[in-house]
Amino acid sequence: MNDQHGTELEPTELGSTELGSTRPGYSPIAPISHRSRVTDTDPKAARRAERQVATMFMLSMVFVVLFVIAFIAIDKTTVVYIPVLGVVGASNVALGFTFGVSVFLIGAGAIQWAKKLMPDVEVVQQRHDMVSEKADENEAAANYERGKEESGFARYKIIRRTLIGALALFPIPLIVLLRDLWITPAGESPAELLSTTMWKDGMVIIPDIGYEAGKEGTADELGIRPEDIPVGGLVSALPIEIGLLKAAKPNLIERGKASIILVRMDPSEIRSQQGEGWDYNGILAFSKICTHVGCPIALYERRTHHLLCPCHQSTFDLADSGDVVFGPAARRMPQLPIGINDEGLLVAKAPFADPVGPSFWERDLT
Amino acid sequence: MSNPTVNTNSLGDSETKAGDPIEKIGGATATYVDQRLGSNRFLGRNLGKVFPDHWSFMLGEIALYSFIVVLLTGTYLTLFYNPSMAEVIYDGSYVPLKGVHMSDAYASTLNISFDVRGGLLIRQMHHWAALIFVAAVAVHMFRVFFTGAFRKPREFNWIVGVALTALALGAGFTGYSLPDDLLSGTGLQIIRGILQSIPLVGTWAAFLVFGGEFPGDDIIPRLYSAHILLIPGLILALITVHLMMVWTQKHTQFPGPGRTNDNVVGYPLLPVYMAKAGGFFFVVFGIIALIGGLVTINPIWIFGPYTPDQVTAGTQPDWYIGWLDGALRLMPNWESVIFGFTFSWNVLIPSVIIPGILFTGLALYPFLEAWATGDKREHNLLDRPRNAPVRTGIGVMAIVFYGILWIGGGNDIVATAFDLSINSLSWTLRIMLIIAPPIAFVITKRICLGLQRRDRDKLLHGYESGRVLRLPHGEFIEVHLPLNEKELAVISGKEDLRVLPAPAKADPDGVKNKMYPVQNLRHKLSVFFLGDNIEKPSQAEIDAGQAHAAHGAELEAPLHEYELLDQDPVGHGGVLHHPGMAKTNQEQIDQRQ
Amino acid sequence: MKFLSARRRNPIVALFLLVAALGLTGISYSVVTTAKPAEAAMGSQTQVEEGKKLYLEGCSSCHGMDAEGTLNGPTLIGAGAAAVHFQVATGRMPLAAPGAQAVAKDPIYNVDEIAAMSAYIASLAPGPAIPTAEDLSYEGADQAKGGELFRINCAQCHQAAGGGGALTQGKYAPSLMSATPQEIYEAMVTGPQSMPVFSNETLPISEKQEITAYIMALQDAPSPGGLALGRLGPVVEGLFMWVAVFTALIAAAVWIGIKAR
Repeated sequence: MNDQHGTELEPTELGSTELGSTRPGYSPIAPISHRSRVTDTDPKAARRAERQVATMFMLSMVFVVLFVIAFIAIDKTTVVYIPVLGVVGASNVALGFTFGVSVFLIGAGAIQWAKKLMPDVEVVQQRHDMVSEKADENEAAANYERGKEESGFARYKIIRRTLIGALALFPIPLIVLLRDLWITPAGESPAELLSTTMWKDGMVIIPDIGYEAGKEGTADELGIRPEDIPVGGLVSALPIEIGLLKAAKPNLIERGKASIILVRMDPSEIRSQQGEGWDYNGILAFSKICTHVGCPIALYERRTHHLLCPCHQSTFDLADSGDVVFGPAARRMPQLPIGINDEGLLVAKAPFADPVGPSFWERDLT
Repeated sequence: MSNPTVNTNSLGDSETKAGDPIEKIGGATATYVDQRLGSNRFLGRNLGKVFPDHWSFMLGEIALYSFIVVLLTGTYLTLFYNPSMAEVIYDGSYVPLKGVHMSDAYASTLNISFDVRGGLLIRQMHHWAALIFVAAVAVHMFRVFFTGAFRKPREFNWIVGVALTALALGAGFTGYSLPDDLLSGTGLQIIRGILQSIPLVGTWAAFLVFGGEFPGDDIIPRLYSAHILLIPGLILALITVHLMMVWTQKHTQFPGPGRTNDNVVGYPLLPVYMAKAGGFFFVVFGIIALIGGLVTINPIWIFGPYTPDQVTAGTQPDWYIGWLDGALRLMPNWESVIFGFTFSWNVLIPSVIIPGILFTGLALYPFLEAWATGDKREHNLLDRPRNAPVRTGIGVMAIVFYGILWIGGGNDIVATAFDLSINSLSWTLRIMLIIAPPIAFVITKRICLGLQRRDRDKLLHGYESGRVLRLPHGEFIEVHLPLNEKELAVISGKEDLRVLPAPAKADPDGVKNKMYPVQNLRHKLSVFFLGDNIEKPSQAEIDAGQAHAAHGAELEAPLHEYELLDQDPVGHGGVLHHPGMAKTNQEQIDQRQ
Repeated sequence: MKFLSARRRNPIVALFLLVAALGLTGISYSVVTTAKPAEAAMGSQTQVEEGKKLYLEGCSSCHGMDAEGTLNGPTLIGAGAAAVHFQVATGRMPLAAPGAQAVAKDPIYNVDEIAAMSAYIASLAPGPAIPTAEDLSYEGADQAKGGELFRINCAQCHQAAGGGGALTQGKYAPSLMSATPQEIYEAMVTGPQSMPVFSNETLPISEKQEITAYIMALQDAPSPGGLALGRLGPVVEGLFMWVAVFTALIAAAVWIGIKAR
């Protein structure tokens, strides 16, 4: 330990250790042993360090130039194979590398400069307790007394109380103004909106094919026939009227509530359902929105009939009323009663009996 | 041996300036500004301000610098990003999404990634820097906690730091949501579920935040104004307060030679600290730019646009929200309906109550500890974590708790990576969440106390040199040497606090002590905090012990003689040591002479 | 760089050719094809017999002497040639060891043997046939639309980047990064193990081709932003940040604090 230190210098060799007896701008040197660096003793080493630092700053400038060249010269679609990284975008890698190195070198140079060439002798400054001087405290107290006296704050009780009342009410408008963050349509309450979806008796079920779902075509073309779904099959599905909704907002809102999955299992494997005869020949329809916090959930295992949420691993047994078998969800997955219409297409027989998606305060009141 | 020059010159020293036109202009400018602001008074007092040097003091700097990078790159991103949920049909240069309907927010983020030259670099730098920012904030907080830097007079700054941590999480999450890709949208869907679970006002809160039903088309613009204006504004303001307090109170320092509670030993701001800290800014900036160029983060083009009926396996938030997601995953499925009202404990507890308790506990900790230990002194010297075993234990306990939640947040990835069942992994984590933190507390506390005992031995007997002697009568001893200056100062820098006295139930006159329960609780807490501490020896004992060891070291133990004896040398470990042995050693050697 | 990316395509092209060749073999052996792919592709009589022999040797212990299924394995009657090809050609069958699910490995049987076994199972009852080259051709299919379908139907298990993900009780959805178009098609129509069936009626062949086109594009995609980190999302990114980046920053801080020599 001790022997690793180079030359041990006595503090006195480095300058004054007496506090307060230093030149302006200089702090007293800490009274601890200090080891000098190579650059302190060997002028050659010092010059080497100087060159090192200057080289870093110089290279930094070079990399800035390279950055500009890369920006201009490399097409944004070019890809390049780089070992370790793989096939990557040439522009991003070149720009990041040149920019990064140029900036890094400024920092490395400055630190090297500080470490090798600036003094590395530790100095001392005195601290003072944070508490104010007695005189300051007295002055503050005197000012407070004067303010109290002059304003009459203690005397005018009624003013004092009304002021406190007024100040207490002051933030109310600021809060009230937030009310129209949601411009509530007449007669709609959050609980009702959360409890209703597009599904109703006779609504034709169509497969979800993304944005185009339900856009063009008749029910006959778009709908699903029971024989289309084999045992073990899974279909992400939507109500046919989803395509009639205006794009963006209402469409996405309805997708977030009305999307379902259809699964087919051997009718003998269905142990229970949420309602008598809610399946159609082993085809079951369940909400696709998790009852935990609302992730879409379609991770269906055909062997176990378990439906697993990829967000928080809630698991529902679709062969057993959609009950929760694992994970944080507290409520079973709502089932949609289905049947077929006159054209032999799968349709909903009724709206969802339970609100879909995560629980909410008024859920059981609606 | 030349005297190293300390500090450069202060402003106003005309001698060195003479002749250099740049310095002349600089001096004139300084005077001009000074006449209007009195700035030289500040500069004169502060350019030589001393900062102690330790790598762990740079953690806060990493946070500050990565935040500056986040601000710079974020400003650039606002020039190209469009916070709108209006539907557009993508027609940019990323082929696998051509013709797909998506929000303008997502399309403009794709545009930044593929059609703006350097846009992807800036996006990736922004995201990496954000991850680093929160990480640095967290580790900085650990450093402050474990070294007791939050103690008087720095409690306010600790609270500011806790607020900054919360804001950092908020900044991160709002930013994560802006690209409106499938991952971020799913995150928002979860937030909606959490808001909805709040008793009484939950549904309204969710509807107000989202401007109606989820997802609506208000949320992205709202998050945007929070992300680029409200939250960074607050962070900037608090960072300013944070740094001003550090400036006023001067930085804490570890115990060491020449360092006391009343001084600060280190390097002056100008030039050393400025060069090091300024240089470190560029180093952090450079590393972030390098990583932004070389490593992909959040490839939103893979995830696709957000649609509320689509999802991807491996849906995860960024690392700093991972623990909350993990809490949601590990929570048992409790829910109760009371008088028809639904209480979703399975959502409320992990996402509202647990973080609420953790952050409140963090903010109040300095006051709790000060009350329990009765410590009212100012502390400018840091504690070594071992010297506050209970605090260190509590910190490690919290980290273990957090870490298990964090693993829980990635349990599906962990399960596939290590070929585990996600169900048994979840159960293991649930059980560990309850039993591992207390175990971690006990083990940490024991380790700390063990280290304290070793420190005491070192003070009393010097350190074990590893030189083993065999005495003529066959006993092995190990030569002890005095500690070097630094180690002695570090170890003897320990401060011992006394356990608060047990209160009396009644005073001598038989008057009942009304405050007894509170005082007794306080007494018990102080026993809990301090009761097991190993007392530091008195200064006289330390001096005697070190002198003794020094004396022993002077004896040139003739190792070579023992080597000649051709005996098996005994290894460094496993050497028995008991007080008085050094004396025996000396007697033996005396005898031989 | 075109040269390199062209080279990178090589194995996939080779696989594709192999798959196409297999498909052609299937056609050449099959009886006159009808429009319905669900109908069994009947192999020649010798092939069926050869297949039966292989079946009795390698499969019957679990699936039963007449493929009627046992406690250890499901019935294969009606499983179809596609299921046999998928399971055996990816090495999932015969099962190496009991576990949560069959693991893909190097196939034990060669191309001819697999074709024979497929023909045997197909001869037992109609089931999904091995897809034709035409079924598999994704040339010109709209990969953007395929991406959308992928995110609706596949990403919930196989992850948006096709990297795979966890299922319940130790099961998992495998990565699609080395899946061939034939395997993808066969998996969708037969629903191996936990995977549900995506029939050609609810997910028409044209849409399957679009999905295939998207997966192939994913497999082949360069990583515009640099090292891809497995495209596994925030968990891996967070880990990388802590392990690599933050460590580098701490190292820099320590370097600053160390006294120069």
